[in-house]
Amino acid sequence: MTLTSPPILLSLIVFLPAVGALVIGLLPKGRDELFKQVALAFTLVVAALTLYLALPGQPGAGADSARFLLGTAQMQHAFSIPWIESFNIYYALGIDGISLPLILLTSFLSVLAMGASWTIDKHVKAYCILFLLLETGMLGVFMALDFFLFYVFWEVMLLPMYFLIGVWGGPRREYAAIKFFLFTMAGSVLMLVALLALYFNSDLNQLGPAQLAASHLHETVVERYDPSGTAEPQHTFNLLALAHQGQSENSPFSQLLVGGKSIQWWAFLLLLIGFLVKVPAVPVHTWLPDAHVEAPTPISMILAGVLLKMGGYGIIRICYPVCPDAAYELAWLVCTLGVISMVYGAFAAMAQTDFKRLVAYSSVSHMGYVVLGLGVWSISGSTGMTGDYWKMGMNGAMFQMIAHGISSAGMFFLVGVIYERVHHRNLDDFGGLFGRMPVYTGVSMGIFFAALGLPGLCGFIGEILVVLSVWNYSQVLAVISASVMILTAGYILWTLQRVYLGPEYKGPHGDEIRPITQRELAIAAPLLAFAIILGVYPKAVFNYMAPSVNKLVDDLGQARYGNDYSGGIEKQTGSVERIEPAENELALREISPHREEAGQP
Amino acid sequence: MTFYELVQNSLRDSLGTSIPAFAPELLLCATIVMLLLGRMFSGGRSNLAYVIMMVGCLAAFVVAWRTDAPEKPVEIFTGMLVHDSFALFMRRLLLLFVILFTSFTRLSGTPDRQTATEFYTLILGATLGMCLMVSANHMLIVFLGIEMASVPSYALVGVIKERRVSAEAALKFAVFGGGAAGVMLYGISLLVGTLGTAHLPTMSVRLAELLGSSAGSEYHPILVLAGLMIMVGFAFKLSAVPFHFWTPDVFEGATAEVAAFLSIASKAAALALLLRVTLGLGHVPSTLDTPTTVPVRYAVSEDAGTATAESASVSGLVTDSNAALLPARQYSAWLIALFAAVTCTFGNLAAYGQDNMKRLLAYSTIAHAGYMLMPVAAAILLAGTDPEASRFTVAAIGFYIAVYLFMNLGAFALVAFLRNELGSEQLPDYAGLARRSPGFVICAAVVMFSLVGLPPLAGFAAKFAIFAQTYEAGLLSLVVIGVLNTLFSLFYYLRVVKTMVLDPEPEGRPAPTIRIWSNAGFYCALIAVLLVALGVFWNPLFAEAQFAASMLLP
Repeated sequence: MTLTSPPILLSLIVFLPAVGALVIGLLPKGRDELFKQVALAFTLVVAALTLYLALPGQPGAGADSARFLLGTAQMQHAFSIPWIESFNIYYALGIDGISLPLILLTSFLSVLAMGASWTIDKHVKAYCILFLLLETGMLGVFMALDFFLFYVFWEVMLLPMYFLIGVWGGPRREYAAIKFFLFTMAGSVLMLVALLALYFNSDLNQLGPAQLAASHLHETVVERYDPSGTAEPQHTFNLLALAHQGQSENSPFSQLLVGGKSIQWWAFLLLLIGFLVKVPAVPVHTWLPDAHVEAPTPISMILAGVLLKMGGYGIIRICYPVCPDAAYELAWLVCTLGVISMVYGAFAAMAQTDFKRLVAYSSVSHMGYVVLGLGVWSISGSTGMTGDYWKMGMNGAMFQMIAHGISSAGMFFLVGVIYERVHHRNLDDFGGLFGRMPVYTGVSMGIFFAALGLPGLCGFIGEILVVLSVWNYSQVLAVISASVMILTAGYILWTLQRVYLGPEYKGPHGDEIRPITQRELAIAAPLLAFAIILGVYPKAVFNYMAPSVNKLVDDLGQARYGNDYSGGIEKQTGSVERIEPAENELALREISPHREEAGQP
Repeated sequence: MTFYELVQNSLRDSLGTSIPAFAPELLLCATIVMLLLGRMFSGGRSNLAYVIMMVGCLAAFVVAWRTDAPEKPVEIFTGMLVHDSFALFMRRLLLLFVILFTSFTRLSGTPDRQTATEFYTLILGATLGMCLMVSANHMLIVFLGIEMASVPSYALVGVIKERRVSAEAALKFAVFGGGAAGVMLYGISLLVGTLGTAHLPTMSVRLAELLGSSAGSEYHPILVLAGLMIMVGFAFKLSAVPFHFWTPDVFEGATAEVAAFLSIASKAAALALLLRVTLGLGHVPSTLDTPTTVPVRYAVSEDAGTATAESASVSGLVTDSNAALLPARQYSAWLIALFAAVTCTFGNLAAYGQDNMKRLLAYSTIAHAGYMLMPVAAAILLAGTDPEASRFTVAAIGFYIAVYLFMNLGAFALVAFLRNELGSEQLPDYAGLARRSPGFVICAAVVMFSLVGLPPLAGFAAKFAIFAQTYEAGLLSLVVIGVLNTLFSLFYYLRVVKTMVLDPEPEGRPAPTIRIWSNAGFYCALIAVLLVALGVFWNPLFAEAQFAASMLLP
């Protein structure tokens, strides 16, 4: 075992921030600058490690390499170590194309947010400790392959977040913090019920040998495997095994539970509520504007950039693979909630006078695309039994998560920059910042246009893929979701006009406006750079993501339609050679949507 | 059998089997005597009482630790008690608790030297009763144990003299307790009278006969009434709604130390006893040879030879008997499930409005009693269908009790230490403590969040285990009530932490500092570290609890 062998490297990435928190805890108090430097150093090291993880590796590099194998759709570098054997709980981590981009986003945004934390001057030690603990929780969620472990990491984030908002937040911080805590906790207790329901109905012995091997179980579990049908059921929390069970023909989750609905129907619903709270989708979004407005700038960045993505990740990692039939049945709910969030968020954003609140509502609207994109697949498939539109929607949703992570974190940071100077966020009191802060305004324009979905910037790709994929599912929803782009343009352009344009700044503290500092630029510039790079070269993300997402869609299609299902234009083969054309297909489609119609018989 | 043989048998049984298994309790008895004698020499001026108490408890704990569990349950003292891994596990826990508790009282300075002898004597007396409760095998011992645990508790509540609230609380406790005990005793007498024996395993056989025969139906109302009345006694000891009224008042009136003792030790013992009685009555042991007509039985080991010879015919009989006991199991399970649901919900909702920390913790204790009752119902239901799962459920309960011990001890230790520092037990007076005592407040936060059941703390592991087993028994609605209650409870536990961390320090309050590098701070840190460690690595303790439960439902 070397440092780069997967169990070591993945664990290191997850727990290094926690070690950093411990180190800071042991340092003597009062040395605020040092705490921040140590915390930043730890986030940088973690970011470097995740970057190493993302370097394309060679197939057959052996067990000592944790580098990502491009074009591989399956879970990579997965391992499983016994943790609590009484309940078949394993410490299981792994990465695939769905989680890796989010891991990178997390580590990258953590560095930037820690850099943005230099303005924190109250209880710095506690702040740095909580920040690093938060990072451990976030990274753990994206890597966990054991449902119990996932749940633990999911909950571990709650406490640091509560205190980060509650101690370092704005005037109504206590209210915002407890609201955040209660909403998320409500979601997670529902998740706990679903977790128990799935666990007690799972049985590893019902899996085929191939599925068993693909689930990356611990060897002692494999030894106990007995498919004869007479053995005691072997319950499991392994997410991959649960997914295989959920997608199998005689899924044990299809048994009726209560109210004439199956276990998977209930599990899907409970999990969906739990994840939608985090996304957040209307009507469980109300914690978000409060939390965002009260949270300090770096925490807003993390909240918008990473925490919201965990909801989307949970849906794509657990809800859909484990409960495909229920997902099919409830697709209308997911899609409707997505569209409602988009429209409601956009209108609510338009009505705001508080700059930060506006950005917060724009998050609700943008995350609506994610929900819609994830939800849309199930029914569009029934028209032609091909997975093309499912894949487009889901890839779009995943891309939108990354894009929104960059643009929303950027927006919150930029709002924070101006707030530190003028100490207010009232949109009507701004104006004329272009003249006073030209560089800042330039960066802001870039980031806000990225959020708007301007072609050539990152926001466009995800939105257009999602909207296009909806057409085949429901034309009404497609029209509504497309028109939300106009609403988005409306509130963002109006905001830009009110804040940056105009003759001169007339609001309070006008004399404190000074140009953007080097430190601030060092945080905003990488975000803008990524917004542009991902906008012109989305393949950088799709190369990692598409095989895994497409495989998921194909698996779900197989589970639902059996042999009637065909993978569509991009025949999923899973081999490295065939991935290239698929990639081109996807890239082409971004440029010319008409190809889609041409491809459809 | 001549009289001589009878005496010989009795002697052999007592000296060979019973006394060694009973050694920890005997050591406790010896400690009580030593405490009372020590008072004559020291006259209450030195720490002698504390030293004797500590040494005695440590000795008893070491003996209990070194006692090996028998290979199968052994009845001792002519069937009055049963010596098995579950009893051993619970006694070790109780003794460990008493040790931790004694060091806690030493750190908090209550009792003072004058009252130490009485205080520790009463504690030991109650502990002795609890040890009897967890190994009870006979209805007489059930009642005796409960009373032995209760009567010293009444006195403990009023142990601080010349304090009106304490006296009032003690009186209230005694009156309530006496009433509940009376009702319970009446229930026991109905049950024992109907079944013709007070020996638990034999009772289960009789009950199965009675329920299996058509002529037995006229006894059903009596059995239902008896079950209800016995449950009243348990509900009182567990502070389950609607027999919880004494809890907030008694906790408020008593010192935090006594409240800790009442909320942990007596609850743990009562829960273990409830398991013994309900599982004992709801399951006919397969090792039991032909039911004897003599209620007094000798050690099972004597009958080992005949038992195996007859086991083939017995096993068929036992299956029938267990099927016949289904109504008894269902009745007790649903009764307990109802108590659990109501208790849990009421406790959590009532805790919202409390400003006094001890009252708040009293309601939290009530809520936790509700959580703990849920898997009891599950264990009873599973006992008929899947004994293995039922034992696993009991293991979850044992694990919960162990974790609860640390959590609640931590919570009351915080209250006691802060009382010494602030002179107040009101939550608003805790405002802004994090400014001056950050380490201490971190420990407090760990304890509170563990009580909520947030991962990665031990409270979560325990809650997860009991909810999982409740789910396995098919009590889905109970699980839903449980998780929703977890959500409710978040608010008031969080309020404690919020007050300490977020609220500004009140003006004019003397600046309290509880250093983490003091004895008290160290004690709290120890508990906090334990809660984190047990939350992450709970497999060893759970495995221990699993072994403890492995001998139930023989």
